[in-house]
Amino acid sequence: MNLTLRIWRQSGPQDKGRMVTYKVDDVSPDMSFLEMLDVLNERLILAGEEPVAFDHDCREGICGMCGLMINGNAHGPQRGTTACQLHMRQFSDGDTIDIEPWRARAFPVIKDLVVDRDAFDRIIAAGGYVTAPTGSAPEAHSTPVAKANADAAFESAACIGCGACVAACPNGSGMLFTAAKVTQLSLLPQGQPERYTRVIGMVDAHDEAGFGGCTNAGECTVVCPKGIPLNTIGRLNRDYLAATRKGGSNTPGS
Amino acid sequence: MDLFTEGDPVADTKAPEGPVEKRWETRRFEAKLVNPANRRKMTVIVVGTGLAGGSAAATLAEQGYRVKSYCYQDSPRRAHSIAAQGGINAAKNYRNDGDSVHRLFYDTVKGGDFRSRESNVHRLAEVSVNIIDQCVAQGVPFAREYGGLLDTRSFGGAQVQRTFYARGQTGQQLLLGAYQALERQIGLGNVEMNARHEMLELIVVDGKARGIVVRDMVTGEITTEFADAVVLASGGYGNVFYLSTNAKGCNVTATWRAHRKGAYFANPCYTQIHPTCIPVSGDHQSKLTLMSESLRNDGRVWVPKAKGDDRAPRDIPEDERDYYLERIYPSFGNLVPRDIASRAAKNVCDEGRGVGPSKLGVYLDFADAIDRLGRQAIEAKYGNLFEMYERITGEDPYEVPMRIYPAVHYTMGGLWVDYDLQSTIPGLFVIGEANFSDHGANRLGASALMQGLADGYFVLPTTIANYLAAGPFEPVQASHPAVVEARRDVEDRIQRLLAVDGDRTVDSFHRELGQIMWEHCGMERSEAGLRKAIDEIRALREQFWQRVRVPGDGEGLNQSLEKAGRVADFFELAELMCIDALHREESCGGHFRAEHQTADGEAQRDDDRFAYVAAWEFTATGEPAVLHKEDLKFEYVHPTQRSYK
Repeated sequence: MNLTLRIWRQSGPQDKGRMVTYKVDDVSPDMSFLEMLDVLNERLILAGEEPVAFDHDCREGICGMCGLMINGNAHGPQRGTTACQLHMRQFSDGDTIDIEPWRARAFPVIKDLVVDRDAFDRIIAAGGYVTAPTGSAPEAHSTPVAKANADAAFESAACIGCGACVAACPNGSGMLFTAAKVTQLSLLPQGQPERYTRVIGMVDAHDEAGFGGCTNAGECTVVCPKGIPLNTIGRLNRDYLAATRKGGSNTPGS
Repeated sequence: MDLFTEGDPVADTKAPEGPVEKRWETRRFEAKLVNPANRRKMTVIVVGTGLAGGSAAATLAEQGYRVKSYCYQDSPRRAHSIAAQGGINAAKNYRNDGDSVHRLFYDTVKGGDFRSRESNVHRLAEVSVNIIDQCVAQGVPFAREYGGLLDTRSFGGAQVQRTFYARGQTGQQLLLGAYQALERQIGLGNVEMNARHEMLELIVVDGKARGIVVRDMVTGEITTEFADAVVLASGGYGNVFYLSTNAKGCNVTATWRAHRKGAYFANPCYTQIHPTCIPVSGDHQSKLTLMSESLRNDGRVWVPKAKGDDRAPRDIPEDERDYYLERIYPSFGNLVPRDIASRAAKNVCDEGRGVGPSKLGVYLDFADAIDRLGRQAIEAKYGNLFEMYERITGEDPYEVPMRIYPAVHYTMGGLWVDYDLQSTIPGLFVIGEANFSDHGANRLGASALMQGLADGYFVLPTTIANYLAAGPFEPVQASHPAVVEARRDVEDRIQRLLAVDGDRTVDSFHRELGQIMWEHCGMERSEAGLRKAIDEIRALREQFWQRVRVPGDGEGLNQSLEKAGRVADFFELAELMCIDALHREESCGGHFRAEHQTADGEAQRDDDRFAYVAAWEFTATGEPAVLHKEDLKFEYVHPTQRSYK
């Protein structure tokens, strides 16, 4: 099939950026979306133009490195699918496709479609862990975990940190990402000792990084390629409320 | 000109003598310690943030060392360990099914086709139980039973259920555990994290590894970084084949640069080809996707009996199908080890009985299992894998059999290390898939995660102290000739790549190199094919340096330039892989030489001539490498012919 692409080009953080139109012909429906961009880039290089920069790595939907706004949808039209697993059979011959980077105050553009997501790492560093130095662990079976809790913890832990939730949110909020980690660890006995310092530390880091507040728009959970449910944010809010009542002393990151 | 020369043997001098089950305890006692006040004065560089690198950086920082960590991705959480699906082995014996440290040790040595070191493998089995404890304490959400205890399942090459898992995302959950421990140390200021940085050279001063040259992939700035020791945890080199299950960025540059600086490269030809991957769909293909080995528990593998049978699979009657694994290996059937299943698929396709548009595919059919167990049961077990298959191929595997074909998945070879995980360059340690250590000629399923975390959490932090006890070492000056030279080499190379300005893209060269390797150094190798491959690789490498086009400059983010540097190193590695495969005139594990097979087509080892590790020393590009042999002694597990019939 033959396609028209309108792609965001921005040479660096200081450049204003613009949409540029490219024609790509002979696209196979069996190509992934990123393979279609590979084909475009090969042609651009041979034509003496600069290829389009975009982030990607595993190309199997788990590393979380790819992230494209495709026709205004984070990761494109197919639910539960990262851009790297999206295939061209989801599009039709003659389509025009807009491709943009994640847009959020906390994710500045580095070049073209590549953005800086360091803010996510800083949120984790502010409390998204269990303090368990190597060698100090008790025997694994000394603490049973109810299967329902283990399964629910896993569901939240499936977050790949891609940032689609932020890109889709009208407020540019990173709350689904933050809540996924808070929920995972607060459902497990190992996460209890730091439960309340964790939530305050992570929310503070989230706010400091320039993410917006959550207003329950719910766009995040719709685009999340791993289907992290919206009620994780409810869990975060409950923990946060309880933590602020407790006074939250000794809080990492605050 | 000879392809290689032979030098003195190499030996592991660090593993203690005595009973194998006492060696790790003995080494831990004999290894020197560094007192906590001195640890603060020493810096360790860790390259890579996967299971091995992430866990090592976190643990070293917890112990009080200053750590500088580097990864090419935008966050340490994205290293390719994250893509591991199946599980992690540990000798917990929670099932009471006869498992033990000794049995895990035995299975791993046998699974590696008797080409690994007994001391290392035993230590791996011992440490496996601590890994599970550590990960649970970190909040890794392993699968559990209704009683709240950990669930386990079976995996290839073992008769016990010792594989712990987190649905089909075990690698992700273990990596996030290590990543979170690492982020904690970053938050505490104990680790300096450098994401989007690529190591391009090793700095060796007075015979010791003392630093690295890195490029900031965003600004293009080249810097020299110094430390008291350097740890490489940069993963495997499967992408030399272009198409593999590795992430696109996986590369050999860190280990290859170290090899060029004097670190021996061991067993480069040992490559694992995974039997169940989604077949190539066209020339645009950029990577291959694995479908978990667990599918072979319920799926039946078949091809038509007749060559060129183009009917739809459901139109082919039962008696015109060949369930070839069940036919050739009646006792293991569809669950034979990876190397055997892969080669069998290749053989039926070579006979002209392959399926799908490319004819390079076989069916993995769930119709019987769906009849027997019902669609719901299959959905519960494999639902997410079936969905992934449909997303990629557009076919519904509940209705039409899956098509699968083998693909490059893991590399058992890597930099040679002793029992302390130290390379032949003092102060250079190598962990995880980047070293050659524990898997011999074939890795068992669910053992890669085990080795990565064993090295990073438990082995390296102990053994590196023995080296650092002599430190802190004299500070390195940026003006030292060795530093100046390393930096200049990096800068010159970048300028050379940019200056060619030819008429072919980096990817077109990489693709062609991959085809040569897959054809001649893939599932089956022969003397004639390997000699041909070496000539072709050399010719193509010359073309590369004359015709490659790398657009842009070195000043900022330039993904073509990053790729070009990696492919240039793959060219050199590819030649060494072929030389290693050519010199090993036997078949073992993932290395199958057409000339060395039994009458019924199985791998034929030659223990008299080849029970050794081949450790290669670099001389100069295109010049003969020097082979150093490390003899392997089997005191506990006696080599036998593997049989799965």
